Amino acid sequence: MTVSFNLNGNTIQFEGDPETPILWVLRDHLDVTSPKYGCGAGLCGACTVHLDGAAIRSCSIPISEAAGKKVVTLEGLPEKVGQALQSSWVEFDVPQCGYCQTGQMMSAAELLAKKRQPNTEEIKNAMSGNICRCGTYARIEKAVKRAADKLV
Amino acid sequence: MKNHPLKNTSRRQFLQHGAAVTGAFVVGMYLPFTSDAATSAINDPALANAWVRITPDNQITLICARSEMGQDVYTSMPALIAEELNLPLSMIRVEIAGVAPVYINALLGGQITGGSTSVREGFDKLRIAGAATRSVLVQAAANRWNVPATQCKALNGKVSHANGMTATYGELAAEAAKLPLPEKPELKSPANFMVIGKQSMRRLDTPAKVAGKAVFGIDVKIPGMAIASLAQCPVIGGTPMTVDSVNAMKVSGVIKVVQISDGVAVLANNFYAARKGRDALKITWNEGAGATITNAGMRKQLESGLSKPGAIIKTVGDAGSNITNGKTLSAQYFMPYLAHSTMEPVNCSAEVANGKCRIIGPIQFQQGAQAVAAVASGLKPEDVTVETTFLGGGFGRKLELDFVRQAAEISKASGMPVKMLWTKEDDITHDFYRPMSVHQMDGALTASGKLSALTAKMVSQSVTARAFPSFVKDGNDPFMVEGSANLTYDIPNIEIRNVIEDAGIRVGYWRSVSNTLNAFAVESFMDEAAKAAGKDPVEFRLASLQKEPRAVAVLKLAVQKSGYQAKSKNFGVAQMEAYGTYSACIIELDPSASSTKVKKITFVSDCGITIHPDQAKAQLTGGILYGLGAALYDEITIEAGRVQQSNFNNYPSIRMNQAPIVDVHLVPSQEKPGGLGEVGVPLVAPALVNAIATATGHRIRELPIKT
Repeated sequence: MTVSFNLNGNTIQFEGDPETPILWVLRDHLDVTSPKYGCGAGLCGACTVHLDGAAIRSCSIPISEAAGKKVVTLEGLPEKVGQALQSSWVEFDVPQCGYCQTGQMMSAAELLAKKRQPNTEEIKNAMSGNICRCGTYARIEKAVKRAADKLV
Repeated sequence: MKNHPLKNTSRRQFLQHGAAVTGAFVVGMYLPFTSDAATSAINDPALANAWVRITPDNQITLICARSEMGQDVYTSMPALIAEELNLPLSMIRVEIAGVAPVYINALLGGQITGGSTSVREGFDKLRIAGAATRSVLVQAAANRWNVPATQCKALNGKVSHANGMTATYGELAAEAAKLPLPEKPELKSPANFMVIGKQSMRRLDTPAKVAGKAVFGIDVKIPGMAIASLAQCPVIGGTPMTVDSVNAMKVSGVIKVVQISDGVAVLANNFYAARKGRDALKITWNEGAGATITNAGMRKQLESGLSKPGAIIKTVGDAGSNITNGKTLSAQYFMPYLAHSTMEPVNCSAEVANGKCRIIGPIQFQQGAQAVAAVASGLKPEDVTVETTFLGGGFGRKLELDFVRQAAEISKASGMPVKMLWTKEDDITHDFYRPMSVHQMDGALTASGKLSALTAKMVSQSVTARAFPSFVKDGNDPFMVEGSANLTYDIPNIEIRNVIEDAGIRVGYWRSVSNTLNAFAVESFMDEAAKAAGKDPVEFRLASLQKEPRAVAVLKLAVQKSGYQAKSKNFGVAQMEAYGTYSACIIELDPSASSTKVKKITFVSDCGITIHPDQAKAQLTGGILYGLGAALYDEITIEAGRVQQSNFNNYPSIRMNQAPIVDVHLVPSQEKPGGLGEVGVPLVAPALVNAIATATGHRIRELPIKT
């Protein structure tokens, strides 16, 4: 079976089991490895990508649900948004092991798309689906605020 | 710890270097017993048996021989070499080392990243490597220009002379490689440091990590590789008896099913298919001896161990005669099994082919990986290469070698290069767990309210007895004494004993190892003793710390920074020395919350000379939150040999909306560097239960707190 969807602006025809989670289509079929596997159950957020603009846990959503839709990974964010996030993450040296950070940035990107200048509570609520075992939360919060400033 | 039991001080290091056909210059430090094979390898710049590689185009590569799992070795190790080469970090490229004797960690006796040793072990060694290299570069320039070396200066990748002559390090590399390296090169004075200790220093791995380009184990790709999901017995240690793979082979994308010693692997062209195929396997297991293990049984066994004498690990004065004098108190503490729960589940890639074995993965113990892969593939260790990726968290889990062996076995059995990836559930249910422990503490107080005698007995499983059995002598596991043998309190009569009880489940080193067990017992008990003495917990501790000025300084600064007032409610305190670093932790609770809610954690460390101050704080902060999550939520329990937890839903981690304010301070210090990767972890739990005791009067002696 073929599933047709848009990945970062390119049309993709996926031939395979339509039940395959989006994460494994990206990682194993398309070699897009920025979304990470953390829990496989939508609990940790390491696999976060955007599906038609909404942050989703790609480990738990089959590729069939992406049919005719836009999937965006870190690489496909609007250049200005990607730049603002990455440069802010660099500015605060946010990552330790770094494994969760691409997912963190995708959740942050969704937040900033919805809310130009989120306050601390809004950031905490939006980002609490993303676990960081290294405990970089305070720096993530600062980086989200800085990215918001850059995007105004 | 102050005197590491595994340290072998007889290993005098010396320097050796050689020129290569390309004119590249490589320098490495060798242990005297380095094999001939490794010595000859240094002459080949294509091999990574070196700390520095300089090519004629002035490309300067520094080698990082420790695994980057978040703790910043990718920056701090090269920084030590760069400092003596007078190079800004912006001029260097970093490479992760392969496996070689030259990279042995002298504090641990193997190429191991663990025990908060990387900077402690590398501080002199890597600076010497950098200084020796600088010395021959300068000499090469001096020879070229026919001037005294003392008139030449190496800075920012160039050697220069007052009369205007300059040459890049790269231009001098070939000539420098022919010169003898000084045995004792002069090291820079800390006053002249241009890299070490600078607030402006940045992590070198951040750009790749925020671009999604850093390669973790899970991202490895070998041409022709299959992805493997491994079915393992629900009881750790069990083995497959019969396997029916008919249905698994019907799953689209599945390539092969192979049996290995402790599981059945399904190989596919993607992980989803491999996992689906694995779920379709019909396997009967020989569950083995582990099938009868229960949590209650293990706890009972440990508690019964309290009646055994155990190994005496510390004695001061005569605790036996004095423990019943004056006012006495007694308490028992309990700590559960814990999983490491790294963000990146266990995985490893292997290619066994043509008499060689290639291992690529998130590995903390490279020589162990080489050894087990050699056995698994039926090859000699020298035919096994080990490439270490970035680690998506380590915390001690990736010191283990089970996953390396499994990947090699799967590749050998299938004849294919493979990437084996465990599920999160595999990871939680097949970990090497932080041991459960029981602690009996007894104390006697003088009339004036000072501790006159202290006895402590810890009963737990020994990780070392499993992992490095030859290091356990006369019932004494040198890693079980962390946090107790190095007690900072000056008490006239002390006796500390450890009892090893093997409760049957496999145990492993978990971030901060026994510090986290012993600190909970010791620092909880100190608070109980302070209360029995009618003293303020800070004042009570300070009274016994007069011989430890660094401990006094961190505790006093923590008091100041936290706003702690004597006998104030809602505050809890704890302090200790671990890995050569002195720390104090003060936790303030939010009294308005209905259940335990931490408002603020103030943490002060004196870790000696700090290489990267910003990331030192990051490490402490991360350790604190790791310890807080464990203290509040986490325990591994076992029924019928099966681990009952499986994922973040029943083995939670602190999330952003649960993280309190963490305020970390470093005391400026010129002492030699102490460890940092683990020291944030152990003080959180005792400071937290101490805070709860001041807030509610309720003393918690068992973890997790589960509020």
